This record gives sequence, C-alpha cells and structure tokens, in this order.
Amino acid sequence: MYTYVIKNGTVVTDKGLIECDLLIENGRIAKIGKGFTADNIIDASGKHILPGFIDMHVHLRDPGYEYKEDISSGSRAAVKGGFTQIACMPNTKPICDNAAVVGYILKRASEVGLCRVLVIGAATKDEKGEELAEIGKMKEAGIVAVSDDGQPVWDSRIMRLVIEYAGDFGLMVLSHCEDKKLSDGGLVNEGYHSSLAGLKGITRAAEEVMVARDIILAETLKQRVHICHISTKGSVNLVREAKRRGVKVTCETCPHYFGATDEMILNYDPSTKVNPPLREDSDVEAIIEGLKDGTIDAIVTDHAPHHKDEKNIEYALAAFGISGLETSFALSYTKLVKENGLSLLALSKLMSANPAAMLCVEGGSIAEGVKADITVCDLNKEWVVDSSKFLSKGKNTPFNGMKLWGEVVMTIADGRIVYSEGING
Amino acid sequence: MNKDLLGLRGVSKEEIEEILSVAGHMKKLLKQGVKKLPNLQGKSVITLFYENSTRTRVSFELASKYMSAVAVNINVQASSVAKGETLIDTGKTLDAMQSDVIIIRHSMSGAPALLAKNVKAHVINAGDGTNEHPTQALLDMLTIEEHYGGFKGLKVAILGDIKHSRVAKSNIFGLTKLGAEVVLYSPATMMPEEIERLGGRRAKSREEALHNADVVMGLRIQLERQQGGLFPTLSEYNKFFGVGERELESAKIDAMIMHPGPVNRGVELSSAVIDADNSFIEDQVLSGVAVRMAILSLLTKK
Repeated sequence: MYTYVIKNGTVVTDKGLIECDLLIENGRIAKIGKGFTADNIIDASGKHILPGFIDMHVHLRDPGYEYKEDISSGSRAAVKGGFTQIACMPNTKPICDNAAVVGYILKRASEVGLCRVLVIGAATKDEKGEELAEIGKMKEAGIVAVSDDGQPVWDSRIMRLVIEYAGDFGLMVLSHCEDKKLSDGGLVNEGYHSSLAGLKGITRAAEEVMVARDIILAETLKQRVHICHISTKGSVNLVREAKRRGVKVTCETCPHYFGATDEMILNYDPSTKVNPPLREDSDVEAIIEGLKDGTIDAIVTDHAPHHKDEKNIEYALAAFGISGLETSFALSYTKLVKENGLSLLALSKLMSANPAAMLCVEGGSIAEGVKADITVCDLNKEWVVDSSKFLSKGKNTPFNGMKLWGEVVMTIADGRIVYSEGING
Repeated sequence: MNKDLLGLRGVSKEEIEEILSVAGHMKKLLKQGVKKLPNLQGKSVITLFYENSTRTRVSFELASKYMSAVAVNINVQASSVAKGETLIDTGKTLDAMQSDVIIIRHSMSGAPALLAKNVKAHVINAGDGTNEHPTQALLDMLTIEEHYGGFKGLKVAILGDIKHSRVAKSNIFGLTKLGAEVVLYSPATMMPEEIERLGGRRAKSREEALHNADVVMGLRIQLERQQGGLFPTLSEYNKFFGVGERELESAKIDAMIMHPGPVNRGVELSSAVIDADNSFIEDQVLSGVAVRMAILSLLTKK
C-alpha cells in the first residue's frame, strides 16, 4: 500500500512538540523519527502536524435537508477545516432515531470517503422527549452516542431513563441544555444588547437550570452525561464544581462562544443568530478560563449550515445556527493560543484527544502504530474569512471578513490525503 | 440627514434639533389651516404596515398628502409574513416602482433596517417590534419642547410596559440626548434588562418615579401581557402601577400628561388624569403630523 514520509514538520504529540518526520504505511503511522526514505515525500517545513481534529457536534442535514448541506458537502467542509472525524447530530428528516437512518448515513459517508462520519442517534423517538429511541439497535448499527440535540429532553424522568438505558449500551448522552419555557421564544442573549436592539432575550438561566439538572442526574445515577455547547459563565462554574465533586460530567463549547459577543447582533445580521446565543464579555472570559483549566473538555463547531433564504430575512424569522467547520481551528488558534496563552498542545487535546476519548473512538493522537489521522497547519498564515469560498453549502457565519491566524494546509484520514492546499502532497 | 430614519439611537442631538425646529414650523402652519405645501411634489410615499395601526398610518398619510406627495397604503396581514413574499422582495418591488419613501411598521425588531439595506428608497421606521418608534418619540419631544421651551433639567416619568415599548426606548434615546432625565417605572416583569445603560433611570417606587416630574407619560398595557403572566389582572396593575389623581400629586403641579395612545382608560392612567387640563394627549396627535411632515421633507430634500 501507499507509503510516504512527512518531513521537517513540528509534530504535536502527547509528550509535547517534536521536530521529526513521520513514516506513513498502510494507513497507519508506522514510525516517528528521522531518516526515513520513501518514494513520496511531503515537505512540511515550517508547518505543524497535529492529530486529526474530531468534531463531536455537527449537523450534516442529510437525510431530509440536503438543500442546507449533505454528507458530501459537509465532509468536504470538514476536511478543509482539518477534521478527520465528525459526529453528526440526529435532527435530520426523518430523525435519526432508528438503525435504518444510521445505516444510510454511514453508507453515504463511506461512499463520499473523505473524513470518518460518526453517527449520534436520537435519545428519544422523533426527538420528542417522550419515549426511548431504539438505542440498542442503533448501537448495533454503529452510533457512538445519543442526543436529542436541538431539543432538550425537557422531562426529567425521561432524561433519567435515557441516561440509564444508554449507559447499558456503553453510550454517553449528549445533552442540549435549554429550558424552553425560560428561553420563551427569545432570539439573542438577554442583556444590554438585547435591550438596545429590542430583540427578545434568552436568559442565561435557560441554559444553566438544565445544566444543573443534568449534573444532578449524573451525580444521582453515577452515570456519564455530556453537556453540549456551554455558553455562559454560570454553566462553566456548575461543571467545574461538579467535576471537583467527582461527578462524571463532561462538556464542550464552540468557537463562537469565545470568539464573539452579542455586541454583534446590533446590526440585526441573522448570521449572528445561534442557539445558545452569543453571550457577553464576562461569559467569553469564563469560557476561556474553563478551556484553560480543563473544565471544558472539547471544542466543537455545532456546525449548523442553513440556506441563504433562511438567513437573509427578518431576525426573528431567521434560522438559528452558524456554519463552523471551516473556521473552527483558526478561530480557536487565534483566540485561545495567540491571544490568551493556551498552549498548542492543550488546543490539540480539546480538538482531538479529548473528543476521541469521550466518544471511545480511535484517533486523536500521533504515535507509532495509530491510524494516520493527521492535520497539517500553517500557523504563520494570516487569512481573511470569506464565506463565499466555503465548501459547506451553509455560508452563514458572523466571522465573514475577520482576519484569523492559522490555516489548515493538509488533512490526512486513514493515511489518505483528503485535503491539500498550498503544500505539495 | 442620513438616507433613512430607523431610530433615535443613531441620530445626533443636532439632527434631532433640526427635525424639531422644522416640525415646529410645520405645526404652526397646520394650526393656521395650511394643508397644501409643495415640499413633496412629484414624490411617492408608501406606507407599508405589517401591523394594524390607524393613528400612525393616517398621520403619515396626511403628512404626505399635506405636502403634495402621492401616497399609497399597503397593509400586509401579519399572519402572511412567514409564508408570503419576503420583505426584501416586497421592498425591491416597491423600489422598482420608483417609490421615494417607504414607511414601514413591522412586528419584528430590525425589519426596517433589513428593508433599508435592500432598497434605494428612503426608509422611515413607523415602529418595529420592541425596538424603536422614532417618530412617536419626536412628536413627544416636540410637544414637550413647545410647552417648556427646552429639555434641560426636565424630569420625564414613563410608566407602563417598558419592556415591550418601542416608544419608551426611542424616548429614552432622544430625550436624554437633549438633556432631559427619563425615569421609568413598571413591574419588574415588564422592565428591560440593563435599562440604566440605555440611559433611563429605573425608579424603585411609583412615588419616586412621579416625584417632581415635569412630564408624566403612560404607556398602554396590553391584555395579552396579562395572559402571558406578566401581571395578574388589569385592576391590580392599576392599583399598584397605574397613575390616578392621588398619585399625580407627587408630580409637579401642572406636569404635562402624555400618552402615545390608544389609551386604556382606568388601567395605566385614570380617566380623570387623561381628561385633565394639563393633558397633552390631543396636542401630541397634531405634533405627530407636523413631525412626520418635517421628517419627510428633510429626508427627501436634495
């Protein structure tokens, strides 16, 4: 099979950053060191070589909403963003609450054959929060976790049952924390800017009361719960305290919760409309603190592509969500490493090793013998976000025109070069 | 002036003063019975209303017609907003018909800004969601200015549903820019977040709000807010948050009584207060036509 060497890069490993070469053989990292020879050489001089990124929270919209995104366009966007594995949420049409839909997604993903697509099954039938979905059969079909993402499991008894039942199959529940009665049709973060713009606010409490509930359930049941896209200072504090007590809770956040604030809503541009909403400076600071001290386990995109017609309308009518796969690394690198002193190794763990460990999937590190899932980045490259160049069908980003540092130049999945730009390979 | 009038948040003190000065002149002419001015000759003015309104729409229509414009009214059923033609498409259609000014009222905050971004015509916000209602605030300001001769040092008390009131917000932005103090009072369930940073001062009690006030403005309490649980009953609202003759004793003698209408008698203001000698509610209506004439004329002036 295909053998090649990636030379002269700086490799991000568990033990730190090493200047060395990688010998790739049969889809695996055969050796790490110096002096390998092969017919094919990739010169990574001046570049950083990271474990392939893993995004555990993506909406691929396929089946049912292919006009927003499909498995092919979503996969292309993912590998351009440096992702070798992405986990897709079940809020498709039909809802991915049964083995047949799981099978369809996995089949399409393998036909597309770019990154590995992991499937998250619905926790309850039709994401209605009323009856358990066929979690066991979906596990057989290949799901890696369960979630009703987009919809909270509002009924605490059902949530308890989901956590217990999914636990039997070794599956973690990913919880979208939102008390819909409290968010009450709100559009943006409730605070100064919502008052200024006259847009209906969503109180932070809508997220935090459900974070607290799920922590209490995890603690009571002694089971794992993973909190999706946390966005507030209060949520960070709740998770930090719970972890200190030994509760088996993990959580994720998204680049827009540390790279943007709700000041951006003032021009009524619906590209800023996302759920949970963009928050304030004090929340951004707390999220960054949580990423630094290990309270937050992963950076995910919550990639939510939408059609232009669903965004270029009145703010109240526009869809929630940000197309995030193609800006995630650069936003994270710029905001966390460049501006806030997080180490590159820590960022790598948040984007690769931690999600792999939480989902119990292979990947997430560079070591001899592991699958060759690799992302090569040029950290010295400054570039301007231009959503018209996105490979995703969703051009909806509030970061258009923003200057960012760090560009993905090559993505390798299972040893295959699935994306390459500005580097010989 | 800018191309559009979307709100008073982005309008300077000087621009407000200019509008009020022209509006004062227009109001004098109206009082003299002059109802034919040439300012908008050859211009077309469209009122595009996605929310029911009689008062504001008629006021704009008369203002346009008094200045010789061609005025056309379009009423769009709120229920068809989501499924009908998009706002941008409607705007582009009106633009293609060579409309000079589009006056829009919409239940969703930011809709006028979206329209303005997509059309060549001047856009005037006639009230959007819970955002702004700049012409209402300007007519309130004209009424106050004519009575007191200015704004410096005046205390304007606004009582009612502040949270859902675009009138209160535009008044806060406008009045504070001209030096008045705006004091607000409502149940906490109807008070927006961080109102102080917007420029208003939240009173701790009804008495504190009314104490020594030069202007007392009531805002309409809608029954649907009761259904939404923001207060228990209209009568309880009136008892603890409304303004009657007894409460009004805290305000300055002859304090101006104002209300953007339509009034719920006996809820936010008692009938005795509404009909008092120092009530300016009808004068506000005339100011409304004058202010709208001034804005139309200033926006379309080359």
